[in-house]
This record gives sequence, C-alpha cells and structure tokens, in this order.
Amino acid sequence: MELRPILSALMRSRVALVLLGLQIALTLAIVCNSLFIISERAALMERPSGMNEADTFILASIGFGADFNLKNAIADDLAMLRALPGVVAAAPINSLPMTNGGWSSGLSLTREQKTSSAYSAMYFSDDQALAAMGAQLIAGRLYRPEELGERTRKTAGWPPVIIITRALGHKLWPGQDPVGKTVWLDTEAEASTVIGVIDRLQAPWVHNEEVVEFATVLPEVINEGAFTRYIIRAAPGQRDAVMKAAEAKLAEINPSRIVREGKTLEKVRAEAYAGDRAMMIILGVVIASLLVITALGIVGMASFWVTLRTKQIGTRRALGATRGAILRYFLAENFVITSIGLLLGTALAYGFNVWLIRHYQTQAMPWYYVPVGCLSLWLLGQLAVLGPARRASRVPPAMATRSV
Amino acid sequence: MFGYYLNLGLRSLRRNPVLTALMVFGIALGIAASMTSLTVFHLMGSDPIPWKSDRLHVVQLDNWDINQAYDEEKGRLPDQLTYLDATALMAAGKADRQVAMYKVVLPVQPAGDGGGPEIKPYLALGRATYNDFFPMFEPPFRYGGPWSREQDEARARVTVLTRATNEKLFGGADSTGRTVRFDGVDYTVVGVLDRWQPRVKYFDLTVGALTEPEEAFIPFTTAIDLRVQSSGNNSCFKAPAPSWEGYLASDCIWIQFWVQLDSPAREAEYKRFLDAYVMEQKKLGRFERPLATLLPDVNEWIALQEVVSRDVEIQVGLAFAFLAVCLVNTVGLLLAKFMRKSGEIGLRRALGASRRQLFMQHLVEAGVVGISGGVVGLALTGLGLMGVRALYSEFKTITELDWTMVALTLLLSVLSATLAGLFPTWRACRVQPASQLKTQ
Repeated sequence: MELRPILSALMRSRVALVLLGLQIALTLAIVCNSLFIISERAALMERPSGMNEADTFILASIGFGADFNLKNAIADDLAMLRALPGVVAAAPINSLPMTNGGWSSGLSLTREQKTSSAYSAMYFSDDQALAAMGAQLIAGRLYRPEELGERTRKTAGWPPVIIITRALGHKLWPGQDPVGKTVWLDTEAEASTVIGVIDRLQAPWVHNEEVVEFATVLPEVINEGAFTRYIIRAAPGQRDAVMKAAEAKLAEINPSRIVREGKTLEKVRAEAYAGDRAMMIILGVVIASLLVITALGIVGMASFWVTLRTKQIGTRRALGATRGAILRYFLAENFVITSIGLLLGTALAYGFNVWLIRHYQTQAMPWYYVPVGCLSLWLLGQLAVLGPARRASRVPPAMATRSV
Repeated sequence: MFGYYLNLGLRSLRRNPVLTALMVFGIALGIAASMTSLTVFHLMGSDPIPWKSDRLHVVQLDNWDINQAYDEEKGRLPDQLTYLDATALMAAGKADRQVAMYKVVLPVQPAGDGGGPEIKPYLALGRATYNDFFPMFEPPFRYGGPWSREQDEARARVTVLTRATNEKLFGGADSTGRTVRFDGVDYTVVGVLDRWQPRVKYFDLTVGALTEPEEAFIPFTTAIDLRVQSSGNNSCFKAPAPSWEGYLASDCIWIQFWVQLDSPAREAEYKRFLDAYVMEQKKLGRFERPLATLLPDVNEWIALQEVVSRDVEIQVGLAFAFLAVCLVNTVGLLLAKFMRKSGEIGLRRALGASRRQLFMQHLVEAGVVGISGGVVGLALTGLGLMGVRALYSEFKTITELDWTMVALTLLLSVLSATLAGLFPTWRACRVQPASQLKTQ
C-alpha cells in the first residue's frame, strides 16, 4: 500500500486530521488512566481481611439506664451466644477489619525511644477472638483462660502477653520469629511478650496503606461504658438463620439495651469499599461513553470524506483501481490518522499519569497500559471506518463521468 | 433576521437527522458528565453558610507530642482540643461567641412523657454543646428556642430536639416543656428545630463531612456531668491517667471548638489572646512544641480538612476532558456538515448574502445544536445524579440539581456548541461563490 498519496491527501484537509487526531489522543489518555485507576481499586478491594467472611456476622449492643451492667451483660450474652445452635464461635470485640473505626496505638522496641517503631490496630477481645474471626494462627499459641482480663478507664498498663499479625512482626523484627520477643505498648508501663502470630488480619482502616496489615489482638474485654460488639461465626450455610436468632435472643435476655448492627461481614466489606466501587463504575461508564463517542466521530468524519470524494473515487475506479484498493485506501488513511493521534495520546497519557502521581500520590502506570490502549484504539478505528470504507468501495466507476 | 436563520438552521438540521442526532447526543453526553461531577464538586466544596462564613473560625492549638507532630505527612495542627483547653477558652469568653462541643450517642427510652409504649428504645445521634451553638450556626427553630447561658452553667437537664425526633417522639406537636429520657435521665425539651440539613457537616468534620445529622442537642456541661463519652474521634499521644477525671485532665483531643469573631480586628485580638494562652500554658509544662495557633474560617477549614475527596476531584477533571472530546467530536461533525453545504453557501453568497450574515446564520445553527444538547444533557445530568446517589449513599445532600446548576448547564452547552461552531462557521464563510457554482 502506497502511503504517500494518503499523506498528501491528508495534508490538504489538515483540520479534519487535527480534530480526529486530538479526539483519539484524548481518548487514549483518559482510557489508559481510568483503566489504571479501576485496576488499582480492584486490587485494593481484593485484599483479604484475614477473616472467614462467608459465615461470620457482627452484632452491637448498647445498654441504657443506671442499672445496666456491661460486665454482667457480656457474660450473659456470651453464654447464650455460644450455646446457640449453629454458632461455631463468638467473641466480644471493640472493632473489626473494614469498619473504619477503632483503636490504634504505637509500639516501641525499647523503653528509651521517643517515637514508636510501628502503629497497630488494637483489637480487645478474649480467647475466642481468632476462632470467631476465622483468623489463622501460624506460630506460637492462643491465649489461655488465666491470661484473660478486662480494660476499663481504671486499667493501667498493658497485658503481659499479646498476639500480633505476621506483617507487624516483620515490621518490628524483620526476618526473625516474633514469638517470645518483647515490645512496649506504653514506654512508661511494662513490656508485653508476643506469644502468637496471626497469618493475616487487617486493621479497621482499609484505606490507610501504612497500617492496614498491622494488628494486635489483646486478651482484654472492654468493660467501660455501655457499648459492646460481638463477632459470631456460624456453621457453613447457617449464617443468616443464626444471625436472626442471635439478634432476637439478645434483645430478649436483656431488655434495657438496644441491639443493632446485625451485619454480615460481606455487608461490612461492601460498605467499606462502596466508594471504590462507585469510582470504578463511574470510570467504567466514562470509558464506555468515550469509546462510543470516538467511534461515532470516526464514522461521521469518514462518511463525510467519502461523500466529498465520491467523484475522485469514481475516477480511481475508472482508472482501474479495484474495490479492495479503495477499501484499503480508507482503512490505511484511518490507520495513519489514528497513529498520529496515538502518538500525541501516548504523551498525554503519561502526562496525565504524572499529574495524578504528583497530586494524589498514586502509583506509576505499568508500561503495558499505553501499548494495549493503542492496539485497542487502532482496532476501534478500523472497525469504525469499515462501514464508510465499504460504502466508498461500492462507488461505481461511472461516477467519474457524472457531474454533481 | 434571527427567526429566519433559526428556520434555516432547523431545516438544515432536519435534512440530516442522523448526523444531527449524533452531534446533539455527543454534546449532551459531555455536558451530562461534566455537570454531574461539577454538581457534586460544587455542593461539596461550596460555602455552607455564606453570610457569615468569614466570621466563624475553628480554634487550632498544637498541644501534641514534642517528638512527633500531630500530622507529619501534611503538617496540619490537631483538629480538636483537649477538655482542659476547651473549658479554659470557654471560661475566658474572649470571642464574640464561642462553643465547645462533641458528638454523643444517646439511647432514647420510651419513658419520660414522650411517645407511647409503641416506640422501642433507639439510639439517637446527639451533640453536646453550648447555647451559643444556635446563634452561631443558625439552625431555624420551629418551637421554643435555645437553652440559656444560666442553664449551661447549671448543667441543666434540657434538650433541643430536631424536627425529625420531635415527629417521632411527640407526633410533631409543640413539645417544649415536656420531657424525654436519654439513657435513664429525664431532659426537658426547651426547643424544637425546623428542617435543618447543612449540605456538609462543616462544624464537625472529624468523623466525615457527609454523616447523618444530629437528632438532639444537650448542654456540654450536662454531658460532662453525666460522663457521657464522646462517640466521635479521640486521639491521645500518651495514655491518660486511669479515671474519668484523669481523662478530662489529659492531653487527649476530642472536642471541637468554634468562635465567632465579628471583625478582622476582633480576629487579630483573639489570635493574640490564644498565643498568650499557649505561652501561659507552656509555663505549666504543657504545649512543648513550638507556638502554633490557627483560626481558619469555614471555607479555609473545609479546604484544610479536604472535604472534597480526591475521587471527586479526579472525576471532575476526567469529566471535563470527556467534554473536550465531545466538543472536538462536534467540531468535526459540524465541519463535515457545513462543508457539505458549500454549494448552498456559494449560492447564497452569489445572491448577495454577506460573510457576516452567513456567519450569523451558521452560528445560530450551531447554537440550536447546543441548546438541544443542553436540554438532553440536563435530563442525562438528572439521571447521572440519580446514579451517583445510588452509588454513594452518603451523597444525599449534594446531588440536588439547583437552579444555578440548571442555568449553568444550558449556558455551558450553548457556549460549548457555539465555540465548537465557530471554526466550521468561519471555514464555511470562506467558501468562494464562483468555485462552488461551477460543477465540480
């Protein structure tokens, strides 16, 4: 295929070339960056919380009135919940992964240091916490009943034994086994010894990259105020029925409180990532609309050109050009325009990415986004121009002799 | 003449309905995308209280750890105050108005004389605050009014209910003087608010800007007296002494503090007072970090706390880039359309139409495309906002299309279509009459 006539023809309609090229350039830049943002969000949403999310749910209880005693209420509730048919494990806990609210504290490796070595989410619970969450212990041991305690405003210091996540252990003691190591949760109090390591358990703040994998489970139940939360794991397949029964039973055994937040972990996850999901959908809609608009624009412009050149096409046909040659001419022309647009678009796409990195601290776009985007737009351009090009190829040679 | 051009334009557009539909649809889609994102952006970041936003200020002090800044990444000062500082500044009373407050959760019990046995106990979101809250943030009252300064001092068991709570507990009747029971304590209703829903909860951004509105207000002093815990954010850099009193005396921050300062002179004066207060506290061994006090006003506060999320900003940028693509698309299509009419243009020129007249004629045609695109775009914007509302459940208050936005949409579409029409029109007017009258 001879490109020179195409180029010289294009040079005669520079404006149209610039317009289509610009459109394709902007499309490439927007599509690549949007797709990259979508993939980033998808990766964020796919991270495991470390819990068994399919069978587990949470419930919250808030007591009221002067006679409400949180400690007794928790004891009664746990006895009831653990005896409930279909319940595998239940535990009181202050907060959970993906809930975006909780307790965070600094950990120090030495007593003397002024700033903490790491920050970690603090989950206050009892010896059933890991079983209820479905979190995996990979080293050390669980809490023994005699190590359990409570935390109120009057509690000073921190428990002598703690369980931490593998990521937190790696942050504090890179490459070493954390079991048996000591760490200070408060440098003015006694140190705590790590007795167990959890494979994975997210902090409540899933959008905080720095602390999301750092969590500590403490053997203390919070007995202050009137609020408590329970995490309950049901036998596979029985979650919804157990949740209903547990909610009703809780309200029944102690009427001076409000039971709420009956929520499956699946719902907790959906709520935590609702913003990311929305962003993905919005960007998806933008990409789809953009591709449609660009394709329609190419169809419109190509049809116009075909109409404008009907006579010339007839002349070429009369001089011996085959239908295929005419078809190829328009396909090649579109390829040239698209390529020029993509060249500019590549620069724009990277420029946009740099701007995002500067302003929003996003990651750099992997290299293959732009080439794949280019390939797709080449294909889109060829498909869009196919209709008008076929119409052009059907122009009869006799057209050359007619006057318009 | 305009009517004639309009007629010509409509006729020309009808001649090629597919191309016309393509242009209108293109503009409409671009307009809808940009207006949807702009509405969210505008309502999120716009001034929630324009008549006095420059007189309301947040008080920021730096009582944080000498070894570690409160916000190392962005260098911001703590966004809340300690109980010690909040009560000291309230007692000093140096501003024109001042309020210390925090978010609470109040279990509402069916006892008291509100409601009947059919209302089950439920949790209400509340705010423990001072009487100045009401004249400062200006919620409208339906019945009664704020509690008095004396009631603040006396730790009175009084409350101001919102319209929705009053609806729920008293069926919407004037409930002033009646009592409600929160967590086992009876409160007397002194006032009931009318409908009040600031788009962004600017007076307490610590737990999110678009959170549910309060359902009841109680005096700060009463809440402290009853040891009602904050259900908002609480940050400590060292553990408080183990008791409620120890917590109140700690350097933990959990109280929002706002002042109203009626003139720049008063603002400067208050700033000096704050600096002097911090210097005084330094002598007592607190405030170990370098002296830093700030009094951002409402709009500065909204910017500082990044109320407009980065996702919304990216969406606005993308939507406008999308609009640009749609416009370039329209320019191309209009150009195609006008060039196809070269013969007709040549004829009109030969018959004596001036370039100016032709220019106007085609600009009107482009304008018609713009207005149609705007109207369709408006409908699509409505759909888009519904979509956004469905995707972000907390965006209820900021996805309303108001009249300014409708006007802006139409203006933007006409403007962009005209802009898109300028070049094709100019090209069309350069057609030489002679060359087009000959056969090709």
